[in-house]
Amino acid sequence: MTETGLSGNLRVRPNIADLLGLLAIMAAAVVIATAGRHMLVPIPPSEAGTIHLSPLWLPAYAVRTTLRMFAALGASLVFTFTYAVWAAKSRRAGQVLIPLLDILQSVPILGFLTFTVVFFLGLFPGRMMGAELAAIFTIFTSQAWNMAFAMYQALRTVPPDLEEAARCFGLTPWQRFWRLEVPFAIPSLVWNTMISMSGGWFMVVYSETITVGNTDIALPGIGSYVGVAIEQRNIWAIFYAIVAMLAVILAYDQLLFRPLVAWSARFQTDDGATVSAPDPWVLSLLRRTHLLRQICLRTGDIATRIGWLALGRRPSAPVRPIIPSRVVDVAWIAALIVFAVTVGEKTWVYGSAHYTLRQIAHVITLGGFTLLRVAITVFIASLIWVPLGIWLGLSPNRARRAQMAAQFMAAFPANLFFPLVVVGIVHWHLNSNIWLTPLMLLGTQWYILFNVVAGASSYPGDLLEAARNFHVKGWLWWWRVMLPGLTPFFITGALTASGGAWNAAIATEVASWGDTTLSAQGLGAYIAHATVAGATDQVGLGMVVMAAFVLLLNRALWRPLSNYAARHFTFD
Amino acid sequence: MMQQPPAPNRQTTGTELVRIIDCRQAYHKESSADLVVLDGVNLSIRSGEIVGLLGRSGSGKSTLLRIIAGLLPPTAGEVIWKGSRLTGPADGISMVFQSFALFPWLTVQKNVELGLEAQGVPPAERLKLAEDAISLIGLGGYENAYPKELSGGMRQRVGLARALVVKPDLLLMDEPFSALDVLTAENLRTDLVELWAEKKLPIQSILLVTHNIEEAVLMCDRILIFSSNPGRVAHELQVPFEHPRNREDLAFRQFVDRIYALMTRRAPVVSEADMTDPDLKRVQISADAVPLPQLPMNTLVGMMETLAADPLHGRADLPLLASRLQLELDDLFPLGESLQLLGFAELEDGDILLTPEGMRFVQSEHDIRKHILWHNMLHNIPMVRTIRAVLDERPNHRASAERFRDELEDSMSPPYARQTLQTLIGWARYAELFDFDEEADQLFLDDEAE
Repeated sequence: MTETGLSGNLRVRPNIADLLGLLAIMAAAVVIATAGRHMLVPIPPSEAGTIHLSPLWLPAYAVRTTLRMFAALGASLVFTFTYAVWAAKSRRAGQVLIPLLDILQSVPILGFLTFTVVFFLGLFPGRMMGAELAAIFTIFTSQAWNMAFAMYQALRTVPPDLEEAARCFGLTPWQRFWRLEVPFAIPSLVWNTMISMSGGWFMVVYSETITVGNTDIALPGIGSYVGVAIEQRNIWAIFYAIVAMLAVILAYDQLLFRPLVAWSARFQTDDGATVSAPDPWVLSLLRRTHLLRQICLRTGDIATRIGWLALGRRPSAPVRPIIPSRVVDVAWIAALIVFAVTVGEKTWVYGSAHYTLRQIAHVITLGGFTLLRVAITVFIASLIWVPLGIWLGLSPNRARRAQMAAQFMAAFPANLFFPLVVVGIVHWHLNSNIWLTPLMLLGTQWYILFNVVAGASSYPGDLLEAARNFHVKGWLWWWRVMLPGLTPFFITGALTASGGAWNAAIATEVASWGDTTLSAQGLGAYIAHATVAGATDQVGLGMVVMAAFVLLLNRALWRPLSNYAARHFTFD
Repeated sequence: MMQQPPAPNRQTTGTELVRIIDCRQAYHKESSADLVVLDGVNLSIRSGEIVGLLGRSGSGKSTLLRIIAGLLPPTAGEVIWKGSRLTGPADGISMVFQSFALFPWLTVQKNVELGLEAQGVPPAERLKLAEDAISLIGLGGYENAYPKELSGGMRQRVGLARALVVKPDLLLMDEPFSALDVLTAENLRTDLVELWAEKKLPIQSILLVTHNIEEAVLMCDRILIFSSNPGRVAHELQVPFEHPRNREDLAFRQFVDRIYALMTRRAPVVSEADMTDPDLKRVQISADAVPLPQLPMNTLVGMMETLAADPLHGRADLPLLASRLQLELDDLFPLGESLQLLGFAELEDGDILLTPEGMRFVQSEHDIRKHILWHNMLHNIPMVRTIRAVLDERPNHRASAERFRDELEDSMSPPYARQTLQTLIGWARYAELFDFDEEADQLFLDDEAE
């Protein structure tokens, strides 16, 4: 951001790199403008078949899909910088906002579609804008919670000595926020944003073909392209879509993910520990351009100036450790209880009017099926990826490549591959209860690989040498040497993977090819069917049960497990 | 008691910068009486002097520094800065941190400019001032480096330049050299004193917090010795040497010895009759639970063995023992005091001597040593007595460690309570007095220990 901007050469002469850069920027601007115009167009009559399966249309669709992604990203950033900051700065707000965020995080995102489509279509009747916003909101929900959590955590852990230095040198709250707190949050914020975006690609593809009750909308994009291809049983079109998506993810990975993560390393507070990876080529190209670099520096300069605006008072009175006022606290908690009771009562009234006990029991049983599915797939994926990940991770060279590959694959929307599996199931008349199951983990298994590789590559070398010195081999090596050291990493990976799998259940337990629809027994299928039928009550019930499952698992299984692992299996 | 500082006997020409009047700092605690960190602190700092706040870790001297910096409001009492009441970080006060507190995402140049930017100094002027400060402090050429590229000593130079560039009247230094290795620290100290003596520093006065006695004598014009629990100014000394000072000088050594003697002077024995005085009672109660440093039994045993062996024969001058054990002088205090607590040694006027009990310990076999420690811990440390009593009483001989930490927190802050219990557990394991189940966070009696 703020390099040695002032001492740079004063007469900036554009060079070839600049020319390339400018061309790229202009092209992007034209594309964005065109796509933006389309958003305000009225919804075309559905029978007109607005989605063309010719591969020539794919680049335009890819751009539309990408734009949706970035619109959602913008919204998520706004959310992060308001919600998370508020929760961190106000103790009382935090008491409500953080548990709420925790719950929102475990609600199946795809279930939201039913409600949001109705809401946004109502907001912009008859315009594509409504459907667009519904899709964008779905992606937003897949990113925002995670990002807000990262920001909140970072704001709560700003090193006290830096905080004191900032106050000692008279920075105002505004200056402290932009000069200390935000830079400190950047590494974790960038990392979590990138992870969230990886999940977002899955959502954007899914949400482009929305069927809620009798509203049937296809937003032009790669997702809807695949949807039409499935309808028309066009397997070649599906291959085209996969290739187009590969290109998009590759561009995203190279142009955004890597440069941003590399840039954010500057804000890392712990010293030296990070291995300095070579700069991604985009970053070094940007550094080589003259004009663009100057523009970037100027922008950075302006951003810095804004950060230095002396908004707010300088710390005139020292912050007295606030002794919370008892009265206000009691009133606040009382208000919360009243609110909770009211909501609980309303839910009860609504629930007892709309649901029978049998229905609820049925949905919970379906949840059990899905749970079983998640558990089995995570187990099988672990059997495959743990040994492989260890092998990859023990060589630094292989580890680096494997991690890049895993990141790339995690970002690739796995739902594009679903039709290929479904074609197989239809063709060989396989049991859909069994064979639809692996799809759940298709996209999220990479987190297991990624974390196992990270664990193996950071495994202390002297311990490995000691094991070799004492001729520890075979089972003993696995159980006494490698697996315990890997446990914390594995748990993180498995947690992420299984969390994603619950979400994906809605997209995977029902699949179709032409007019053949396959369906597995499970909570995901229940929600998916209810969504298509426009049965809001059932969708609501399914979502609540699924959220309860996820919350319960996190509390009863994952959190204790990772606490235990953090206490016993870390190296310091 | 003896806190009222005598009027400075050396004629001080400077004007008064800071005066602290009856300062008290206490942390509010839910369960019990407030934890008093500072009590009845009075002091003043004049221009033209380097004042040292010398005390043990945990004596509240860093807290006092933060109060003067305006980062922390005192619970009671007043800070007068240049004639008016201090209400927050003042313009003329800047601080150097023990941990350097450099912003890792800013270059050396930008870090140094921080205070200027906050004041709204225009860029060109900022650049000039920062460059001057950087080259004054001997960092010329490193302007564009990031802190992580620099060694500890260089980082602290950045911290110093950042504090100096705003031309403060008073420079506060919070253990500025304690995170550095011996050679680097010495180098930086010498440079700083030289700049000060040549009047090249744009400051009027320095307040240095340290636990290193030699450092204080080497740098300061006046030393305030802090006592702990609660922290207060116990002694005030004028240092009668001109800069540059020589550590090997006999007078210098004697001065250091004198401070040792002051800091190890045994607490006045409190008779039962005096216990009616509430003030003394509090002293007595808080003496029950002194914070213990992280000290494994092996270190204590090693020290006792050295002390017992030729040529010391059970008695040594503390500075001498330090050099023999290759310890920093101030690392010895916690060691000596722990031995004193266990009844194995006595500290007296800058000397340490083994008690007969200590001698017997050294001369015994491992099993006997265990037994002696077993006995002495129970006898001398009330907390150990409590723990053992509770464990004996319980049918399953187990008790939550949390409960004892809570009890310790009545007289120390939570981190110290945690560390103190940890140390006690270490000693108790050596003596097989009780054991600790880390998983369940419980203390328990091993079968053999019953």
